[in-house]
Amino acid sequence: MAEARVAARWAGAGYYALLALFLYMPIFLLIVFSFNDSVILAFPLKGFTLEWYHELLQAEELLASIKNSLLVGFLASAVSLALGTLAAIAIMRFRFRGRDTFLSFASLPLVIPYVVLGVALLILFSALGIDLYLWTVAIGHVVINVPYVMLIVAARLAGFQANLEEAAMDLGATYWVTLTKVTLPLSAPALVAAFLSSFTTSFDEFTLAFFLAGTQNTLPVYLYSQLRFPSRLPLAVSLAAVVMVVSILILLLSEWLRRIGAGASKTKGIK
Amino acid sequence: MNAESSVRLVNVTKQFPVPEKGQADVRAVEDISLDIREGEFFTLLGPSGCGKTTTLRLIAGFETPDSGMVIIGGQVANELAPYQRPVNTVFQNYALFPHLTVEQNVAFGLKVKRIPVPEQEQRVNEALELVQMGAYGRRRPSQLSGGQQQRVALARALVNRPAVLLLDEPLGALDLRLRKDMQYELKRLQVEVGITFIYVTHDQEEALTMSDRIAVMNQGEVLQIGSPSEIYDQPVDRFVASFIGDTNLLNAQVVSVKNGHVRLQMGGGEVELPRNGREVTAGQGVTVAIRPEKLRILRSDGKPKRGIQLHGQIRETIFAGPDTRHLVNLENGERLVVLIRSKDVAGKQHFEPGDAVEVSCDSSGPRLLLQ
Amino acid sequence: MFLLSPPALTLLVFFFVPLVIMASYTVREGTFGVASRTFSLDSFRTLTENPGFLRLLKDSMVLSLQTSFFAILLAYPVAYFLVFHAGKRRMSLLTLLIVPAWTSYLLRILAWKLILGSNGVLNYTLLNLGWIDEGVPIFLYSRTAVLITLVYVWVPFAALPIFSSLERIQRHLLEAASDLGAKPWESFLRVTLPLSFPGILAAFFFVSIPTVGEWVTPTLVGGVDGIMYGNLIQDQFSRALNWPMGALLSMVLLVIVLVAVMVFNRFVNITEVGAYG
Repeated sequence: MAEARVAARWAGAGYYALLALFLYMPIFLLIVFSFNDSVILAFPLKGFTLEWYHELLQAEELLASIKNSLLVGFLASAVSLALGTLAAIAIMRFRFRGRDTFLSFASLPLVIPYVVLGVALLILFSALGIDLYLWTVAIGHVVINVPYVMLIVAARLAGFQANLEEAAMDLGATYWVTLTKVTLPLSAPALVAAFLSSFTTSFDEFTLAFFLAGTQNTLPVYLYSQLRFPSRLPLAVSLAAVVMVVSILILLLSEWLRRIGAGASKTKGIK
Repeated sequence: MNAESSVRLVNVTKQFPVPEKGQADVRAVEDISLDIREGEFFTLLGPSGCGKTTTLRLIAGFETPDSGMVIIGGQVANELAPYQRPVNTVFQNYALFPHLTVEQNVAFGLKVKRIPVPEQEQRVNEALELVQMGAYGRRRPSQLSGGQQQRVALARALVNRPAVLLLDEPLGALDLRLRKDMQYELKRLQVEVGITFIYVTHDQEEALTMSDRIAVMNQGEVLQIGSPSEIYDQPVDRFVASFIGDTNLLNAQVVSVKNGHVRLQMGGGEVELPRNGREVTAGQGVTVAIRPEKLRILRSDGKPKRGIQLHGQIRETIFAGPDTRHLVNLENGERLVVLIRSKDVAGKQHFEPGDAVEVSCDSSGPRLLLQ
Repeated sequence: MFLLSPPALTLLVFFFVPLVIMASYTVREGTFGVASRTFSLDSFRTLTENPGFLRLLKDSMVLSLQTSFFAILLAYPVAYFLVFHAGKRRMSLLTLLIVPAWTSYLLRILAWKLILGSNGVLNYTLLNLGWIDEGVPIFLYSRTAVLITLVYVWVPFAALPIFSSLERIQRHLLEAASDLGAKPWESFLRVTLPLSFPGILAAFFFVSIPTVGEWVTPTLVGGVDGIMYGNLIQDQFSRALNWPMGALLSMVLLVIVLVAVMVFNRFVNITEVGAYG
């Protein structure tokens, strides 16, 4: 019996290693190519170079698109965080009529293909005669991020007892003081995690940005335009390596905060 | 009793890796030997973390011993997986399959053993009737109360006609009233089906009520095995004496030893007790255990009496239903609890705090224990 | 409900209202450019008279089902291993599998283009191993390339809900199964698998919904064969400029997804589908 268990464990570990290889290999490949001294992204490798990284610093359009993406990311995440947190507090702390309806409604953006949402917003802005610009992209990102923020923060609120808040109010705190001095500080790790998660989603989101950016470029939109020109690919690939490292760092940070946020108790689903 | 042995543990030891900090739960068992007879209601009793559940899991096959032998029905079972052993378990939290109905839960064991369907149905119905759950076959476990889930868990185990039924604190999650009912119910079932029950509990009252024999465990070791009355009246050490029922434990010193008796300095006086076969020498410190209901209180009159006699003062009286607890301070500062039947308290046995009294009992009451 | 009104209002104006307006666009006359205000059923006529649209819709749904199926098939064993055999390191090992998914989506697709192309890494490797004689684009610009790439993209996300549903199974239940005589394989089929079904279903939605509307991957690695329904929608807005047609195609997709979600909502909590983002 014990032997069978050991065998199962080794088989599992082997499979895990294979799957990890499958998942990491393409990324590893991009990093290798980013140092390859050739315009053509193919084997055999031609030699080591830092040229692409050097060029990266001078590609103005690219840098502009990164700036745009950062702008959209911050704007969309800040707004999503505020709206999602309000929604989370409302659904976790109050039993109101239509609570379940609201929850289902607010979760709907999670199950809508982005192409449908992008097209619908495009039609809306055009019907209202609003010119497409970065902030229209940000609105699209707010819509998809609010449910995530709501769920992350709600999970944290479920993790600590409502009676902490009741205790605060019992001690004479007004509702507003309780909210700002008790509820929000206790949710702080979840708030940071929700912000980072929104930011990275927004930063990498392509479909909505494609439909809603107008003449502006966000980074994914710029990358998409470059993918058609083989000569630009090495640049894109070296950019990929940089973006990859940065986003992994950010997401590891947010994952770490989420774990602190969820605390020792397990994150509960919201029913 | 000359019955066959049903389950034997021979010098079984099981260690666990050092637990993470914060969970200092000592669950290991150390050199345990048990001989459980066919058809017996056998209880493993001890505080949480004493190793009783680990012992049960060793019998069920969820753990394998580091050393020693687990013998079930005469066969060494060390290497057998749980599904190969002729035992079934009733789990602490019932462990009913939430995705199956009551009937499907009960039929599970028969299904995996490829019992023909008509026989399955018949046995499932019988088992559900046995635990009075015949009307609930199509429900899901989540639609049942704790007590009902408990019965289903029993039926699910019994339907397989195991040689031994293992029960891991099965009544732990029920409220007091239901617990009492289920105690009688379990005992009735055990007599009715006639198979060996091995029952784990930390509740000494439960153990005394239901068991044929009890093994008292602490810190991974078996301290005493015996019938409920043996365990209650003749505890082997301080732990057993204090874990089972209420006990007064008094420090004493051996004055002299002669034949079957020892003379002790205790509670400010001298008493003589049977030695109970214990090896003691003059000057040695020992413990004397006395059950509160075996003590009597008399007003001090200065006359010596037969048996044991200690002097003290009433400190407090606490009404507790049929009995009234009297706390007595002895002359040397030690404290005794004495139970007096409440109906006697109104009359001659009425004491007020501050009254000088003598506490006495006959010499069969106290029990000499080593320190 | 002053807390609720800002998020509710935002979602109303920028989520619900756009979908309603889009629905109204389906019955307008298509012009080259932004839709006119004339009522017309042209789009519906085009859709019903042109079997190509519905065939592509069917193909996309099949591809999305295939993607979900293979992603779950690849992810299940790894989630199972992590939960039951990896001990305390399981969360870290799981995070390690998710890390690649945190890199740019477009660039992960690009990587597969580099692997599958005729000068690609796969061909190069096979040539050097002597398994093939000349470089042929084995997979690139085909439906298979789209499938491989999408499965690659979604495997980590399929693993998450399955992992968490397996984690929620009480160990006592598996012990009970074994205690009742079930061999390990039977325990798995009769207890573990049914109890992890909500996770499988969540993974299914988590993967199939974004893939059914996918158009970027087909554009980059699909070629002519690999065109999907999402491309059709995108095309109406960027090249064909027939907005009413695009609105109708979007509505059809939306209705299909919503019906599927509603049917299965009985078995799975949609808030859980999103709880892993």
